[in-house]
Amino acid sequence: MTIKFRFAAPLALALGLAVSSLAVSTPPAKASGGDTPHLQEWSFAGFLGQYDKDQLRRGFKVFQTVCVSCHTLDKVAFRNLAEPGGPELPLDEVQQIAAGWPIQVKDINDKGDPIERAPRLADRFPSQYPNEEAARVMHNGALPPDQSVIAKARTFQRGFPWWVTDIFTQYNENGVDYIVALLNGYEDAPEGFKVPDGSFYNKYFPGHIIGMAPPLADGLITYGDGTPETQFQYSKDVAAFLMWAAEPTLDVRKRIGWYVLGFLVIFAGLLYATKWTVWRQVKGHA
Amino acid sequence: MSGHSSYQPRTGIERWLDTRLPIVRMIYDQFVAFPVPKNINYAYAFGAILAVFLIVQIVSGVVLAMHYIPHETMAFASIEHIMRDVNYGWLIRYIHMNGASFFFFAVYVHTFRGMYYGSYKEPREILWILGVIILILMMATAFMGYVLPWGQMSFWGATVITNLFSAIPFIGDPIVTWLWGGYAVGNPTLTRFYSLHYLLPFVIVGVVILHVWALHVTGQTNPDNVDPKTPDDTVHFTPFALTKDAFAIGLCFIAFAWFVFYVPNYLGHADNYVPANPGVTPAHIVPEWYLLPFYAILRAVPDKLGGVIAMFGALIVLIFLPWLDGSKVKSAAYRPWYRVFFWIFVADCIFLGWLGAMPAEGIYPTLSQVGTAWYFAHFFIIIPALGYFEKPKPLPESISEAVRLRHERPSLYARLMNR
Repeated sequence: MTIKFRFAAPLALALGLAVSSLAVSTPPAKASGGDTPHLQEWSFAGFLGQYDKDQLRRGFKVFQTVCVSCHTLDKVAFRNLAEPGGPELPLDEVQQIAAGWPIQVKDINDKGDPIERAPRLADRFPSQYPNEEAARVMHNGALPPDQSVIAKARTFQRGFPWWVTDIFTQYNENGVDYIVALLNGYEDAPEGFKVPDGSFYNKYFPGHIIGMAPPLADGLITYGDGTPETQFQYSKDVAAFLMWAAEPTLDVRKRIGWYVLGFLVIFAGLLYATKWTVWRQVKGHA
Repeated sequence: MSGHSSYQPRTGIERWLDTRLPIVRMIYDQFVAFPVPKNINYAYAFGAILAVFLIVQIVSGVVLAMHYIPHETMAFASIEHIMRDVNYGWLIRYIHMNGASFFFFAVYVHTFRGMYYGSYKEPREILWILGVIILILMMATAFMGYVLPWGQMSFWGATVITNLFSAIPFIGDPIVTWLWGGYAVGNPTLTRFYSLHYLLPFVIVGVVILHVWALHVTGQTNPDNVDPKTPDDTVHFTPFALTKDAFAIGLCFIAFAWFVFYVPNYLGHADNYVPANPGVTPAHIVPEWYLLPFYAILRAVPDKLGGVIAMFGALIVLIFLPWLDGSKVKSAAYRPWYRVFFWIFVADCIFLGWLGAMPAEGIYPTLSQVGTAWYFAHFFIIIPALGYFEKPKPLPESISEAVRLRHERPSLYARLMNR
């Protein structure tokens, strides 16, 4: 059978014309005003990718020790830490983490009085700020963004031809690559670049002036399992944790995808066989 | 194509039904025995693909609506609730998000196929115009759907597009206030967009029924231009077109699953995972990819009202296509020059789409003007002129004749070997 798709060759030509026009002038990588991050290796990247739960546990440790002093995580619940496809901490450990959490949950007791109590498994990570204005006042006017979906809310321009090949290589990790770059991107401002007091120069931050002080340093957190206790390792682990916080269903999504795609390929083959058998009787179609 | 029914009720209950509500007869005549030109290719499968994606969007959308909350303080959080806490909510949302893109990809191929094979020409003008109405309704629906997550791009996209109406002289500003339900994009805007986003797909279903009805009155075009003359030129819809469409849908689903399961956010914007903030404007406000060519046309015209007219004009002009094209030959396969200009037009649309994603600075506005000028020149100069000057290739006697000739023509390999 010949696939009589007259569009094929001219379509390739048209696409080629249009795409080659992109090559002449790629969208500027610095459209957002920051340098282009380097790509990292991630266990959860690609067709077979799944989270490394040890890495998520380490990342949570970094988050718990460092990030939480300024950032909120208001879409994630404590129970999520014990659920499949995440850090999978033992339930009793998560209960202890919640009970000992430094920030209390605002609630109302059965007498109707407003109270503050320790979080429970079902609670989402409580905010340390009464409101946005209070948060800004505490941080020199800058608002530390909530971290729940930050790994999907940040990206960088890939440029031609990568934005095309990304579909086929399934490159999805723009957000985490940016986070790693940012956390390691602090340096002295170039000559003549004025950084206001209380702000910092970061190579990868759009506009380069960031309100967040360099949060990580070598040896800041003790892993105790032989993993290097370096700033770079911390940044990778916490970025992986934030990816999980933003996309807690990634593991199951990719696993289901294997079966769905496997089924569809076989099913499409059967449909083709059916079509071929049916059309064989039509004159002029072999 | 219609009129003579070959349906024979076989059972008592069918005969009983047939004299009261001949619905089985209608289904048999229109979807079983319906004659389809036997030479139509896979480009003709996109109508069926569109029907499937309309159903996918409605079913996934109805389920999402059970969990979504249309309120400015809760919309964003309710989407995250769907993604995290609703069983397979992530799957339903990613199907709906990517389904919209696949729907548009299919509708563009379908529309280009109609332009290539002259499916807009007499006697199919109404069929074509109904298709243009569906396209416009789809754009309105998709735009309002994109506002619902209430992220940054939702909010600012809604602000930019609704503000277009302020370009209308005298009554522009009151119209915008009326559209917003207030003096800025806010909760009333979100709730009405939600209401309309739920309503319009069913309007689309209604127009699709008319579109299919009109198709079944005139029958399909085919690549070889001549209408079916004998029963030998056609095959029954079932099983022939049905199995062919089913295979095309199968292939389409493979690509769809690739996006849904492995690059679900590729076609979206990272900014839409940032909750809407009226105080912070994103660096680049960009619509979804399928609206980019029209966005480029909007920005190509330096005058605001002119840009709005050009953008809507780019869609409205499609309605007049049947009367702009004077050529008596439908299929581009027999129109040597139209064929070339058709592909230039396709490239121009892709070019405009790329420009729509670029910032409106440097060389880009000038390139957008060139692309826009070509877009309109295609309809108002090239197509009418080709009707006068183009000499079509000789047409085949019949579909069967055309199929036989193609079959007898030596393959490219054989021709190269025999030189």
